[in-house]
Amino acid sequence: MRTLITNGRIVDPASGRDKVGNLLVDGECIVALDGEADARSRSDRADRVIDARGLVVAPGLIDLSARLREPGFEYKATLESEMNAAVAGGVTSLACPPDTDPPLDEPGLVDMLRRRAKAQARARVYPIGALTVKLKGEALTEMAELAESGCVAFSQANEPLADTQVLWRALQYAATFGFPVWMRAENADLARGGVAHDGEVATRLGLPGIPAFAETIALGTLLELVRSTGARLHVCRISTAGAVELLRRAKLEKLPVSCDVGVHHVHLSEMDLGFFDSHCRLVPPLRSARDRDALRAGLADGTIDCVCSDHTPVDDDAKQTPFGEAEPGATGLELLLPLVLRWAEEEKLPLARALARVTSDSARVLGIDKGRIAPGASADLVIFDPVAPLRISAETLKSQGKNSPFLGYELAGQVRYTLVAGKPVFESGA
Amino acid sequence: MNNPQLNHRGELQHLLSIEGLPRDILLQILDIAESFCGVTEREVKKVPLLRGKSVFNLFFEPSTRTRTTFEIAAKRLSADVINLNIAASSQTKGESLLDTVANLSAMQADLFIVRHAQSGAPYLIARHVKPHEHVINAGDGRHAHPTKGLLDLYTIRHYKKEFTRLTVAVVGDILHSRVARSLIHGLTTLGAPEVRVIGPQTLIPAQVGALGVRVFHDMRAGLAGCDVVVMLRLQSERMRGALLPSAQEFNKHYGLSSEKLSLAKPDAIVMHPGPINRGVEIDSSVADGPHSVILPQVTFGIAVRMAVMSIIAGN
Repeated sequence: MRTLITNGRIVDPASGRDKVGNLLVDGECIVALDGEADARSRSDRADRVIDARGLVVAPGLIDLSARLREPGFEYKATLESEMNAAVAGGVTSLACPPDTDPPLDEPGLVDMLRRRAKAQARARVYPIGALTVKLKGEALTEMAELAESGCVAFSQANEPLADTQVLWRALQYAATFGFPVWMRAENADLARGGVAHDGEVATRLGLPGIPAFAETIALGTLLELVRSTGARLHVCRISTAGAVELLRRAKLEKLPVSCDVGVHHVHLSEMDLGFFDSHCRLVPPLRSARDRDALRAGLADGTIDCVCSDHTPVDDDAKQTPFGEAEPGATGLELLLPLVLRWAEEEKLPLARALARVTSDSARVLGIDKGRIAPGASADLVIFDPVAPLRISAETLKSQGKNSPFLGYELAGQVRYTLVAGKPVFESGA
Repeated sequence: MNNPQLNHRGELQHLLSIEGLPRDILLQILDIAESFCGVTEREVKKVPLLRGKSVFNLFFEPSTRTRTTFEIAAKRLSADVINLNIAASSQTKGESLLDTVANLSAMQADLFIVRHAQSGAPYLIARHVKPHEHVINAGDGRHAHPTKGLLDLYTIRHYKKEFTRLTVAVVGDILHSRVARSLIHGLTTLGAPEVRVIGPQTLIPAQVGALGVRVFHDMRAGLAGCDVVVMLRLQSERMRGALLPSAQEFNKHYGLSSEKLSLAKPDAIVMHPGPINRGVEIDSSVADGPHSVILPQVTFGIAVRMAVMSIIAGN
């Protein structure tokens, strides 16, 4: 099948391209751009023409963290609901953390997840394997086996790894095979019992706090272990100004580290807890406005490699509780694009540079050849209207998780078409 | 952000926290409480303001004193009072907080008095009750205990007449104290020029200065020139979480003795939310001494709760 996309503003973060043109897709790949696309589609008619006048054509988003909730938490969300949410949000590839039930610590589970995801024929799914058995932080998983079955990295998701000796061994073992390790930086002892940033708002609301140095202390440990083991480390969901600074220095030192931030943390701070809004109960906690500003700046200058949705669908019952008892997390797949656009606009960043953080940079971190627009590249594309208003409501969200601090907001950025491997997997009327 | 405590006319719909309440409403409560103080001294201690109304005491955390004072206050207003000790019933059967409230709401409640171990629980309930139902927070986690804060304000006004020249010290476990937070908000709203918190760093919450208080770790320095000294109860479990080494050492540095009290103004008053730990945060010579207003606080507490209930039920 040949699809010609005409007159779209083609933005390719990898090359920095941002100009109007045409794009021809044949089968699973992009085959030609601009004049060549016109010439080839004239000589050999396209099966379908998408008029992208006024729309942006970009690589499909690559989300470094999206929980699909299968297996084990089907009452919160299913593969079907979340894969629909992904493509509705323009996400064509996603990494899913291993905190399912059971966790992704056996090749059989990973195989099954990948097969079930493939059968949905929506976004591409890249499982992150469990670093330790049952995510308990005690025994190592069979990482090589898990890698063979398709795991692209290993992580503890949000489970603590309190035993530094186990952490050291895990990094050594992963480094032996060259497997990347994805870790959140949080000292489990310092975070124990905490539900909010240990600052002004937690003090006012009487919520047990997690100090910012719970993150920097753990990050200091991780970086020291990277120096010793040479393991490739990706630090997930950083939340503090101190972590941005530590990572800036680690990168200057040429340590093999990368990092990401959750998109909610780019926009929200502890102030947004308001009167105990359980939608703002997130992991890591929303921190001070100063931290948020440092995250925004770090993302803009590339100290932070990627921004992800950290999509975590939670059922209503688990949020309709007092703040401290609410299950953490927010739905995010359908908010990622509009929230990245909002950040870009507020920071006056070129669109290509902003989108890099959810396309080419996340492809690099995942180690996949995706996230670019060029002849020969996979035709994983999102075509969106960057200014059309998008109302965030329980009714409009495709995700089964309706848990969002942005419910009731109107954001700019409507996805019109999503293509994965050349096939349209999502279309919406203007 | 709408203040969930006020109705569209700006009147008190629920009492969830002193924070965010306008000065006028605080003064209205204190004034009405003053008029009820007369009622509580009469031989027939009842007024018919809440006749036919049902007050549900919804205590998810055990409490005898606070529950009893609410019960007395409600009965003096001629309301029907139903006490529910939820800690021992539905919660252990796995019923959710909102299901419990929905069930009680179906029994035609007018007023819920809520105590819960989780900060913010009364906000959740207030968001889900029917428009004619009201919620009064009787203590939620570390967050707020507004009626206790109000009775402290009442006591201070009773003895000191006005707030605008007062130096007030709150001493001890500020970190875990909902009483301290409520009182601090009340004092800053009513214009007390200096509110101090005194305690070891382990018991002072992060960035507490944002509440408008000055922090002292040296109790003697903190008490100098104070008009009001509020001692907080020290729970014995604080010795376990590596917050304090021992009650003895705490007493030595942060317990109120006659000697330390002598650093405050000569006419200073000493308050305590109770129940007191003699020899821990306060010495008997002070608790029973001439500066202590600990027992009058209890009496005022009933009038303050009557005032809050009658204002809310009338709105």
